[in-house]
Amino acid sequence: MGQANIWTYSGFFSSLFSGLFGTREMRILILGLDGAGKTTILYRLQVGEVVTTIPTIGFNVETVTYKNLKFQVWDLGGQTSIRPYWRCYYSNTDAVIYVVDSNDRDRMGISKSELVAMLEEEELKKAILVVFANKQDMDQAMTPAEVANSLGLPALKDRKWQIFKTSATKGTGLDEAMECTELHVHV
Amino acid sequence: MIKKFDKKDEESGSGSNPFQHLEKSAVLQEARIFNETPINPRRCLHILTKIIYLLNQGEHFGTTEATEAFFAMTRLFQSNDQTLRRMCYLTIKEMANISEDVIIVTSSLTKDMTGKEDVYRGPAIRALCRITDTTMLQAIERYMKQAIVDKVPSFILLVYCPMSHCWQSFLFICIQHMVKMSYDVVKRWVNEAQEAASSDNIMVQYHALGLLYHLRKNDRLAVTKMLNKFTKSGLKSPFAYCMLIRIASKLLDETEGGHDSPLFDFIESCLRNKNEMVVYEAASAIVHMPNCTARELAPAVSVLQLFCSSPKAALRYAAVRTLNKVAMKHPSAVTACNLDLENLITDSNRSIATLAITTLLKTGSESSVDRLMKQISSFVSEISDEFKVVVVQAISALCQKYPRKHSVMMNFLSNMLRDDGGFEYKRAIVDCIISIIEENPESKETGLAHLCEFIEDCEHTVLATKILHLLGKEGPRTPQPSKYIRFIFNRVVLESEAVRAAAVSALAKFGAQNDDLLPSVLVLMQRCMMDSDDEVRDRATFYMNVLQQKQKALNAAYIFNGLSVSIPGLEKSLHQYTLEPTEKPFDMKTVPLATTPITEQKTEIAPVATSKLPEKLAPSRQDIYQEQLAAIPDFQGLGPLFKSSEPVQLTEAETEYVVRCVKHTFARHMVFQFDCTNTLNDQLLQKVVVQMEPSESYEVIHHIPAPSLPYSQPGSCYTLVRLPDDDPTAGRNTMGCTMKYLVRDCDPNTGEPDDDGYDDEYVLEDLEVTVADHIQKVLKPNFGAAWEEVGDEFEKEETFALASVRTLDEAVGNIISFLGMQPCERSDKVPENKNSHVLFLAGVFRGGHDVLVRARLALADGVTMQVTVRSGEETVVDVILASVG
Repeated sequence: MGQANIWTYSGFFSSLFSGLFGTREMRILILGLDGAGKTTILYRLQVGEVVTTIPTIGFNVETVTYKNLKFQVWDLGGQTSIRPYWRCYYSNTDAVIYVVDSNDRDRMGISKSELVAMLEEEELKKAILVVFANKQDMDQAMTPAEVANSLGLPALKDRKWQIFKTSATKGTGLDEAMECTELHVHV
Repeated sequence: MIKKFDKKDEESGSGSNPFQHLEKSAVLQEARIFNETPINPRRCLHILTKIIYLLNQGEHFGTTEATEAFFAMTRLFQSNDQTLRRMCYLTIKEMANISEDVIIVTSSLTKDMTGKEDVYRGPAIRALCRITDTTMLQAIERYMKQAIVDKVPSFILLVYCPMSHCWQSFLFICIQHMVKMSYDVVKRWVNEAQEAASSDNIMVQYHALGLLYHLRKNDRLAVTKMLNKFTKSGLKSPFAYCMLIRIASKLLDETEGGHDSPLFDFIESCLRNKNEMVVYEAASAIVHMPNCTARELAPAVSVLQLFCSSPKAALRYAAVRTLNKVAMKHPSAVTACNLDLENLITDSNRSIATLAITTLLKTGSESSVDRLMKQISSFVSEISDEFKVVVVQAISALCQKYPRKHSVMMNFLSNMLRDDGGFEYKRAIVDCIISIIEENPESKETGLAHLCEFIEDCEHTVLATKILHLLGKEGPRTPQPSKYIRFIFNRVVLESEAVRAAAVSALAKFGAQNDDLLPSVLVLMQRCMMDSDDEVRDRATFYMNVLQQKQKALNAAYIFNGLSVSIPGLEKSLHQYTLEPTEKPFDMKTVPLATTPITEQKTEIAPVATSKLPEKLAPSRQDIYQEQLAAIPDFQGLGPLFKSSEPVQLTEAETEYVVRCVKHTFARHMVFQFDCTNTLNDQLLQKVVVQMEPSESYEVIHHIPAPSLPYSQPGSCYTLVRLPDDDPTAGRNTMGCTMKYLVRDCDPNTGEPDDDGYDDEYVLEDLEVTVADHIQKVLKPNFGAAWEEVGDEFEKEETFALASVRTLDEAVGNIISFLGMQPCERSDKVPENKNSHVLFLAGVFRGGHDVLVRARLALADGVTMQVTVRSGEETVVDVILASVG
């Protein structure tokens, strides 16, 4: 993977480790516009297969085990009508996986504004941001760098972020992304 | 820390309801722990239980707080604790209507219902159906369809986990719930349901049949077809059979089909089914059918008789309960089972014994009453309230049948009244005693004495006020009225406001009726005027002032017989009066009368009504007419609407035009409202009027046409008629009616009318105006006082022979319906074996004149009737007598 690693480590351990409950489950939110592939990613991570999905009305929540570590993963529906409810699930979140359909150039702007609005929330101040530039198996897909620029990621301040190119249907990129996430969340 | 908290919780709740003193705000505060990770299922479970408990206690949750709690709850879906998840389903169902945005759990529920966990599938579907609205139905349709024909994947699961085949049945219940919302979507599932109806699983088959019926129940032909199909092919599920029997008997009832119909044959054939439940259902259906002949009844009753000696308690219970219900309808058929019922009297199951005895009471002879009553009193204290009510109802029925046995019954009832029991039970007893008192004048004193004793220690305000009202009505007319005063005044000293107020009203009636008691009553009233409650003080002050006048007419008008006006009408009139400043005092006569006078006392104990009374008085039919008519400018100035008749059909059913007429009576006018419907789709009618030709004294003033009458859209036209002022024949009139209109032919498909039309007319049936149209029923609880109040200034008397009438009952019925007046003092009931009877009728003649009729009837060859009429207005008396003659 050729991405520059720009995690900044200061103050990181203290936020994620509370000394008393050393092995607490990590809480991860998967967000993104409708049709980005959030539910497919969730089940790909959980059962390792591609399942048939329908638009999520509400949310799916699953426990994902990765390298003997348990993640509690919330996949929230991306339809316009569901997005306002995202904020009900922000509290105690350790990481946000933001999924973008790399072929959907038209809605990149909407995706950006949803992301910006989300990052402004107080409850997510300490959460890591991991962006999945999904659907990379398609010919017309934008590169991760293009996606990062369209979302305005380089301009983010006070935020640890990372972008990965993924294809949930092919299963590529997910392992790397999870490994990296896990590494940086847990050390 | 958490543990300690739990323990404390349990300790404080030991021995009593642990949820007794829950505070909503505290519970909602606790619910915040739903947001914590990791989740503590046990604690969350406890908090959810508290929330559900509060909801079921009727605690009000605001939308915001409910929504907040709901969203916090959704976080619990991350836990895989089964009990917790199922508690979440319950919470979702409870909060579906009070929280916003409940659709947020749709995906999670869909997943659970399609998942492998059978414990989740059923409840998830049910919860899903509660939160689904029409817009979402489409999205989950596929899953529903799949679920209907789901073959449970694992045979082992099917055997070991009863839930796994039940959940499919849940689905049908949910779908039936959804049919109410979106008939069209669910209708497309018929094929799947058909398939499921041939399922081997009995519950699935039953619910599939239920769904199919539900989808077709508005189409009688389709239901008949479905019945034919299934009755021929036969079903596996006994539950489905029971449902078929119910559908068939409902259909028979609706179509009033004769008992030679194949449906009846089907039900009868079910009497020979292998399954007892089906046999019982068929027997029960047959005995409940109206107009069953003895021959048709016999096989059903003999099946029930057989069940009476079954070793299974449930069957014995079902059989005896059914026999009990139809005992009054088919006494001879039930008597055939008497021997078996006698055996059940000593049944170890008290419910069965009670039903057996009460059935025997209903059908038994007078001589067996004492024995049965003795038997029943030996265990009455052991049975539940519900069955005690059954006993009381049987006694009530018995008293009507054998009035002479009232002393035995009264004794028994008073003992029951002394025992412990809930409200419904006590109410049944009180109602029963009251009806005995009314049926048997000689039982009055004992009955009142028992009731007096009862209110000495009665915790039910409703019953206490009811009894006080009765004491006020009946007490003053007993030989020794003074002995009731003490009981009544004790209430003033000891009870709550409502009872005190009722006691004051009762006292006033004693003072008004009995001159020698008046001074004492006045002293007591004086004390009541110092009461701490406004209502009690107001009543006492009012009665005090009325009583001090010592005028019979005042007493009659303000103490014995209350207001008979319509309450919404009074409110409206008073409001109107305050809007227009005037010197004139408010005239009660301008207030429309209540259209349905309160009946004196119901004789039968109505089935226990649990529904609450509507909080606001709904406007009556007449109030609606009043408003409609007031909106028409030509009818302003007619004064308030006095009475509106029931609609009268002026055409045969299924003719070209359907016309019905409502007669509206005003003080000096009548408005005839013709509701017309054009049933020809190739015609447009315009300028529709109904021409009326009354005989001499009535004068047609004005027609108001219905401007246009398109196909199948009803419209109204009106005719205004002036009534003669002082013509004794004004009570009756027969009018020829002709509908006149302009026809424009039109294209049946587009409804586009031709440019020009032609005049045409259509002859309607004659319309009758009867004396009843001029009179409104009014109940005078104390007829004697009202009779004195009106006085004999315009009294007239005449004697008539009613040749065509054979019995007093018939005569009484005819007079009441002819005059349209309210029978008072229960005089519409003719005692048995009497040759003479006096009927008291009260009403108000249009213009607001009280009118009272006393009819003395004597039975000889025909019935001879001496009618005495009193009113404050001479013409009114003449009109009534002229109309009778």
